[in-house]
Amino acid sequence: MNQDVNRVVVTGAGVISPIGHTADAYCAALKQGQPGIGPITIPYAEELNQKVVAEVKDYDPAKYLDDRQIAMMDRVSQFAVITAREAIAQAGIDFASGGLSERTATIIGIGVGGQNTHDDQFRRLYKQGTPRVHPLTIPKLMANAPASQISMDRGLRGPAFAIASACASATHAIGVAFHMVRSGAVSCAVTGGAEACITVGTVKGWEAMRVMAPDTCRPFSKDRKGMVLGEGAAAMVLEPLDAAQARGATILGEIVGFGMSADAKELTSPDQNGMLRAIEGALADARLGPSDIQYVNAHGTGTTANDVAETKAIRQAFGAHADKLAVSSTKSMVGHALGASGALEFVAALMAVREGIVPPTIGYLGPDPACDLDYVPNEARSMSVDVALSNSFAFGGLNAVLAIKRYG
Amino acid sequence: MSDVAVETFAIIAKHAKGKTVQMTDKLTDLGVESLDVIEMIMELEEKFDIHIPFNANDTEMKDFQTAGDIVSAIQKLVAAKA
Repeated sequence: MNQDVNRVVVTGAGVISPIGHTADAYCAALKQGQPGIGPITIPYAEELNQKVVAEVKDYDPAKYLDDRQIAMMDRVSQFAVITAREAIAQAGIDFASGGLSERTATIIGIGVGGQNTHDDQFRRLYKQGTPRVHPLTIPKLMANAPASQISMDRGLRGPAFAIASACASATHAIGVAFHMVRSGAVSCAVTGGAEACITVGTVKGWEAMRVMAPDTCRPFSKDRKGMVLGEGAAAMVLEPLDAAQARGATILGEIVGFGMSADAKELTSPDQNGMLRAIEGALADARLGPSDIQYVNAHGTGTTANDVAETKAIRQAFGAHADKLAVSSTKSMVGHALGASGALEFVAALMAVREGIVPPTIGYLGPDPACDLDYVPNEARSMSVDVALSNSFAFGGLNAVLAIKRYG
Repeated sequence: MSDVAVETFAIIAKHAKGKTVQMTDKLTDLGVESLDVIEMIMELEEKFDIHIPFNANDTEMKDFQTAGDIVSAIQKLVAAKA
């Protein structure tokens, strides 16, 4: 495959998150270091020991969708469709023109999929003793539903599918979309990730893993107590640079590299060597060296194990340049939105290259001796960023890293 | 040992995969890995109908290092329930 067929740029981004219901609102909140973690408010929350999560608050689907659409979509698909519409509107692209819709891919990362449907219907079945579930249970909970709903909503008829790699899903999705646009396999891609996993059953599962913080998510900080579950979605439009220029589109940034690896080791323990190979893969794919990078949006879950392994991997990948990097985890603000996290973090990295503002790691209490990088503690930083990396490292040992470059 | 202690010790020994367990043995030395630990904790919670406030990220979690620590923590939690 000729890797130089197309330069790939981002011309639209959409977000729904615990700290903002649009990409602009989300970025403004990132710059403010606004916390999105708070008390859990879902129905039956009293059945849970975990009391804090990062919910998308004040969400009203009727603001975006009609009754029939709402009935057909789990919350995760609603988030996906809303963010795809925002990204496509910003890109100002006309898919009806010249058969573009048939050459546009829809690739959406998903961690656990339609959990609200799953939980609601199985509660009826097993707990309330109702003998039947809703007839749309399956099409609402299937993992490809968000990608399918975007494809139907926007009439996108090219390759469309879900990518599932737990916490790295969205980064894998964006990376695959990037490679498909770069190679010329498609002329455009709508990509990103979505998750709506704050349900009693899913939170119970995370509780049982004993990795959730009772207070808040403090990545890389001393006295950090673990991760906090989040939800949301982010979508973006990718297209070749020449097509974007021909349309006179506003270019938000350029994707220049994508690296992937598998640990082939442990189901849940991170492996710094796997992380390292994904980082090195992204740099090699971008044909960049370590000193070309100024900012890393870390996976930074706030668990003891991830943050130490990721710090070591960054040190190993960047050598002496590691001390010059700004490294932050936006999960400190939006929690861990599993399959959506890579997309939310991609938008944060895009903001860093475009606006020259690096989002902070909030809730930072001071250094942990095992985490000794510059984590941009508590306040956003103005600094010029030519290239940023966005790291995602999943359970199952699946790693993905994207490199995003400032355009112009 | 009390019944609670005996039953707790038996569950720890099961997760140590046939190794002889002493009260002073650390779980890590017994080869009980992180996923075994959370399975063991769930088994103890189900056995005694208690909630064990264990967080794998809490480095101050001194109560769960040795077999003896766990036996003593479970005895306290069961007593608190009564």
